[in-house]
Amino acid sequence: MRDLPGLPSRRGFLKASAATAAIAGIASHAKAEQKPEPVALTEYKPDCLKPSEWAFVMAAVARLIPSDGEGPGAIETRVPVFIDKQLAGDYGKASDWYMVGPYQPAASPLRGWQTPLNPLETYQQAIPVFDEWCKQTHGKIFAELDPATQDKALTSLQKDEMKIKPELREFFSILLANTKEGYFSDPMYGGNHGMAAWKYIGFPGARGSYKEWVGKHNVKYPLGPVSISGERG
Amino acid sequence: MARTEKKKDVVLVGFGWTGAIMGIELANEGLEVLALERGHDQDTVPNFQYPEMIDELKYGIRYGMMEKPANTTVTIRRSLDEEALPYRSLGTFLLGTGVGGAGTHWNGLNWRPMQSEYKLKSYITEKFGAGVMTEDMTIQDYPMTYEELEPHFDRFEKVAGISGTAGNVNGKIIEGGNPFEAPRSDEYPMPAMPSTWDGVKFRDAAKAAGYHPFPSPGGIASKDYKNEYNMQMGPCNHCGFCERYGCYNYSKSSPQTAIIDALKRKKNFEYRVNSEVLRVEKSTDGKTVTGVTYFDHKTGEEVFQPADLVILTAFALNNVHLMLVSGIGQPYDPNTNEGVVGRNYAYQITGGYTLFFKDENFNPFIGTGANGFCIDDFGIDNIDFAKEGFIGGAYWRAGQTNGQPGHTMPLPAGTPSWGAGWKKGIGEWYGHAMSIGAHGSVMSYRGHYLDLDPTYKDRHDRPMLRMTYNWHPNEIRQTQFMKQKMEPVAKSMNPTTMQEGFKKEGAMFDVRPYQTTHNTGGTVTGDDPKTSVLNRYLQSWDCHNLFVMGANTFPQNTQYNPTGMVGGLAYWAAEHIRKDYLPNPRPLV
Repeated sequence: MRDLPGLPSRRGFLKASAATAAIAGIASHAKAEQKPEPVALTEYKPDCLKPSEWAFVMAAVARLIPSDGEGPGAIETRVPVFIDKQLAGDYGKASDWYMVGPYQPAASPLRGWQTPLNPLETYQQAIPVFDEWCKQTHGKIFAELDPATQDKALTSLQKDEMKIKPELREFFSILLANTKEGYFSDPMYGGNHGMAAWKYIGFPGARGSYKEWVGKHNVKYPLGPVSISGERG
Repeated sequence: MARTEKKKDVVLVGFGWTGAIMGIELANEGLEVLALERGHDQDTVPNFQYPEMIDELKYGIRYGMMEKPANTTVTIRRSLDEEALPYRSLGTFLLGTGVGGAGTHWNGLNWRPMQSEYKLKSYITEKFGAGVMTEDMTIQDYPMTYEELEPHFDRFEKVAGISGTAGNVNGKIIEGGNPFEAPRSDEYPMPAMPSTWDGVKFRDAAKAAGYHPFPSPGGIASKDYKNEYNMQMGPCNHCGFCERYGCYNYSKSSPQTAIIDALKRKKNFEYRVNSEVLRVEKSTDGKTVTGVTYFDHKTGEEVFQPADLVILTAFALNNVHLMLVSGIGQPYDPNTNEGVVGRNYAYQITGGYTLFFKDENFNPFIGTGANGFCIDDFGIDNIDFAKEGFIGGAYWRAGQTNGQPGHTMPLPAGTPSWGAGWKKGIGEWYGHAMSIGAHGSVMSYRGHYLDLDPTYKDRHDRPMLRMTYNWHPNEIRQTQFMKQKMEPVAKSMNPTTMQEGFKKEGAMFDVRPYQTTHNTGGTVTGDDPKTSVLNRYLQSWDCHNLFVMGANTFPQNTQYNPTGMVGGLAYWAAEHIRKDYLPNPRPLV
């Protein structure tokens, strides 16, 4: 069928329908206008982290998911914003958790979260302790160390070589978990900027409709991700 | 007491699968039925709507559909001499809340136990001799037979809308189904779902090894479907968000998709949300119950709700807790092995292999909670307990359920947990891994039980439920046996690399990683009031107008996901309440 100039064509309509079908159910969010670039991380005003804590988080996530090599790093995906927002909200306050004593923070780690501190308090109290350890061991606070020494210091933290007090024992594990959460969560939470982490690994995000691909065995799914708010990548 | 409500014929405590089943069955008898739900109201629209529902952070990682430990939790210890500590943040099991309960956020795997599991103790004694059981094992027979339960399994499968391939219809073995299943009177109501590549690879490898693969049976609609209550399901689109999520597509079986809208239309049925039952009230002679007292979270007051018949239809752990705090039945004492409430708590043991294939694409985000293929060749009926040195069995399954990268990111052993090596690892291996799992039974033991915690209280000042549980050597032997049998099957698939995850001797119960929400026992059904809380109709031995549903009725855990058994037992009990109890209320045994 030939498209007539100046008139909406049937073919054009069909093309549009196929495109709509391909983004499977995102119709109500299909506007997907180009979002303005968010404020630079250096200009960002944290919701809850103090400047020294923000500096630590920026430096730490840059080593946990570095920017060099293939795939985006935690800085380009704005993981520090995610962490700040999570710590300022219900997660940081442990609002959903049972936080009534008596506490036994030194119990076996297999028994789960047993410190009286919530995640925000854990960051607030552990960062100065770790910075002080970095200063004594490596001469500078964490954020001021060179990347290789930062990696060494994070490894010591992970292995608990500094024998941090039991109340702060979970610090490294939540720092790492929150970093990966920020990398992989929907961009509406502040991280995974531009769905870059999803594009890197090939996760289609909130696409949520694969009936036509179930039987295509061992054939890579071709479409890029969509986000909950309708961004497309 | 701030308020007393108008008396009802029946009050149901909890509005999930068993509350919905009891609700509709008893409302159909013309009774005035009230369901009290601790949590909020929820339905497919607006609560499970696309795209907001498929938010991994909110629901998959922060557990947005689950009961918050701040509101309700348990304490856990691994032995009688350890101090129990609260389960403060969620990990090993996820307890639901709100209308639909755990039936909204499950994976949908639906089974009937194997034939030997109903009369397990007798089966073991007759076939292998009582000597094969460990001394501390407290397993026992169900007081009803598979043949008695069969029509009720069939009915639940048809109400819930289960897809699958039958392997044994009235004794006739059908190619492609599970040849080891107990004979069923009819096919599954819907054909099996198509499988992703991982399931098909496992099917072929299992077949080549001489085993008998069949599609996983599950409450995921493979086509459009309508059940006896005129409730409808639509075919699943394999979105990969079943477990921890409500289904936005009317494709996963749930109380909402199967029963609740039909029930809401009945004028003699009412449900109240944010209504948390604190205790069941006993009559002065203790032989009956008079109703329940609940906390109305909207008005902030305690309410007495009188009723002729009380049915506990909450999650297993909550049903046991309510019996203990209400003082109905004698609490179990592991030191004397006397008492019944809290006795025979059991969990589930799982293990498996993860296989990595550098050059194959699994598209792990394409999945359902009941995806793939299973084998039952190492099911409990097929194990020689005397020869192998353990009691139990497991079914195996391969079928990806989700590819949500925040909590499902298998990486080869040795991949760093952070840094450049981790980033390289996720780029290389996401989408190139699959797993085979063994889902194993857990027996009941003298030292594994539920009681009231001496230290920690809930927000209503009630003692918390205390769980005493650890991995028993019998289950470790079982899971190590599965590892030994699974390894050659996994190897035969020629992965680039593979790794095992089975519990080893000395493994301690770890509450942090998610394992399973299959908590069973605590108010078990039996023939003897000395070793059971409920008779064969799930009626309290102590108070005849109190019935208790749920996996808490299982004398020991089966090798399967519990929902099929929970649903079948609810229909069994409903029939006996309707036909036998209502015309003449009394102890039925």
